[in-house]
Amino acid sequence: MKSLEFDIKHVADLCRIALTPEEEATFSKQFEQILCYVEKLKEVPVEGIEPTAHAIDLVNVVRSDKEAETLPHQQALAIAPVARNGLFIVPKIVE
Amino acid sequence: MIHNLTLDELITKVRHRELSSKEIVTALLDRINRIDTLINAYVHIDPQKALSEAEEADKNFFNNPDKPLWGIPIALKDIIAHKGSPLTCASKILQGFISPYDATVVERLKAAGAIILGRLNMDEFAMGSSTENSIYGPTKNPWDLERVAGGSSGGCAAAIAADECFASIGSDTGGSVRQPAAFCGCVGLKPTYGRVSRYGLVSYASSLDQIGLVTKTVKDAAILLRIIAGHDPRDSTSFPIDVPDYPQLLTGEIKGLRIGVVKEYMGPGLDPEVKSAIHNAIAQLASLGAEIVEVSIPSTEYAIAAYYIIATAEASANLARYDGVRYGLRVDGADLYDMYTKTRGAGFGKEVKRRIILGTYVLSKGYYDAYYLRAQKVRTIIRQEFLKAFEKTDVLIGPTTATPAFKIGEKIEDPLQMYLTDIYTISCNLAGICGISVPCGMAQIQTADGSIKQLPIGLQILGKPFQEATILNVAFAYEQNTPWHTYKSPIAKL
Repeated sequence: MKSLEFDIKHVADLCRIALTPEEEATFSKQFEQILCYVEKLKEVPVEGIEPTAHAIDLVNVVRSDKEAETLPHQQALAIAPVARNGLFIVPKIVE
Repeated sequence: MIHNLTLDELITKVRHRELSSKEIVTALLDRINRIDTLINAYVHIDPQKALSEAEEADKNFFNNPDKPLWGIPIALKDIIAHKGSPLTCASKILQGFISPYDATVVERLKAAGAIILGRLNMDEFAMGSSTENSIYGPTKNPWDLERVAGGSSGGCAAAIAADECFASIGSDTGGSVRQPAAFCGCVGLKPTYGRVSRYGLVSYASSLDQIGLVTKTVKDAAILLRIIAGHDPRDSTSFPIDVPDYPQLLTGEIKGLRIGVVKEYMGPGLDPEVKSAIHNAIAQLASLGAEIVEVSIPSTEYAIAAYYIIATAEASANLARYDGVRYGLRVDGADLYDMYTKTRGAGFGKEVKRRIILGTYVLSKGYYDAYYLRAQKVRTIIRQEFLKAFEKTDVLIGPTTATPAFKIGEKIEDPLQMYLTDIYTISCNLAGICGISVPCGMAQIQTADGSIKQLPIGLQILGKPFQEATILNVAFAYEQNTPWHTYKSPIAKL
């Protein structure tokens, strides 16, 4: 995998991270090395192998559908960067 | 001296009223105040709170005869929630965040009577192998201040090696407890995935993260694991299985136990002094009656590649929550998108950005099958190889790291070289087994001025899922027959 396939601006945009031009340049080089390294996974024959998402056999663990205490409203808002009228405030999203 | 004591010794002294909680906490606070500037292990401490809790503990001593950690201070990696205390994960994006609740491990420590003393340095969001990726600056190795303490739980290990605390709780996603423990000459235990509740542990890679601990001795690790382990309904991945009485099971008897030496962990790239220390440890275990066999984990060479795809993919999803809306840093922007990108651009450090971007890439359209799905399949193969090796062995052993602690700044500009340092620890997390690192020797390093410095070497013991009692007992047998745990770092002697 060469860096030309890796459009760092596009991927950084997908994960909403603003990069400085300097970071873009350094990271691109580093990603090229890292992606080159992980290419070795292609040597492993994986046909017929099931993927592992989790190492422990636990399936669909659900709690009983009962009301329980949660974080109080005021406490959740107390650590918000901007809160007003019991709400998290964000920049306007609808004109 | 109080600070030299082990957790086990401390418990006995408190129980016999030879030491009060206030004396212990005062001694530790004075010591941290005096020497922590040298190593930078602690990132937050509330002396008043700790002292008043110690006074309360002393007052109520006789009402709580059964609490195993009554009045005893324990320190936490800055990634575990402690109600009312700051929690930053050594990141700018969480500056000012105060935990609104206690992690399950903290609840259990408190229920056992412990006092939460302070918070320890780490690589930002546990991403790193040297504790250099921290807004608080690097933690230094108490054996050599020019070297890293390891990571990501570098603060946990350095504080133990400097006798600045008796036991610390960290987290291990790819070796983050065992590797710093090896570099600093401590005991580092990563329990099986599911053994200890992750509720209140800030998520990095959820299928690999596990809370672990760093202590001075194996018995201390057994004492602490007994307290923090167990099923928790608030963590759906915690496993409903009984918690053995670990300290009681430390017999030191390993006659007939089958110990597998992992062939791939003893090959090229292993430092000659580390290799010889491991060979000596193998001989020691054999002399104690263990049966030594060679085993193979053929896919070892693919573990790091699989890990850095799986872990970064999970991280890219987990860290999406830091968006400047509900908590943490916010950098204002013209619109919502602008606010997100600026906040995350300013709030995350370089390594965290790299991992989120890499994780986003391997999950993106057109690359998912080639990277993420393939890595998950390789993970299956690695797990199967371990389970196969465990069919004819009780535990596996090898080095924790290929070299002793490296120098600060040596690898920080080269992420791939940094990733490669995790070669022996990472498979344990992928396979979901348990592991422990114990000191097993000293490397002699000649410095520029001709003097000799000693650096600790770690022996790693890997166990079957939920067989922590077995690896603890092998570690205990080894420790009791070797002097390494009695060696003190130069900083510990100050």
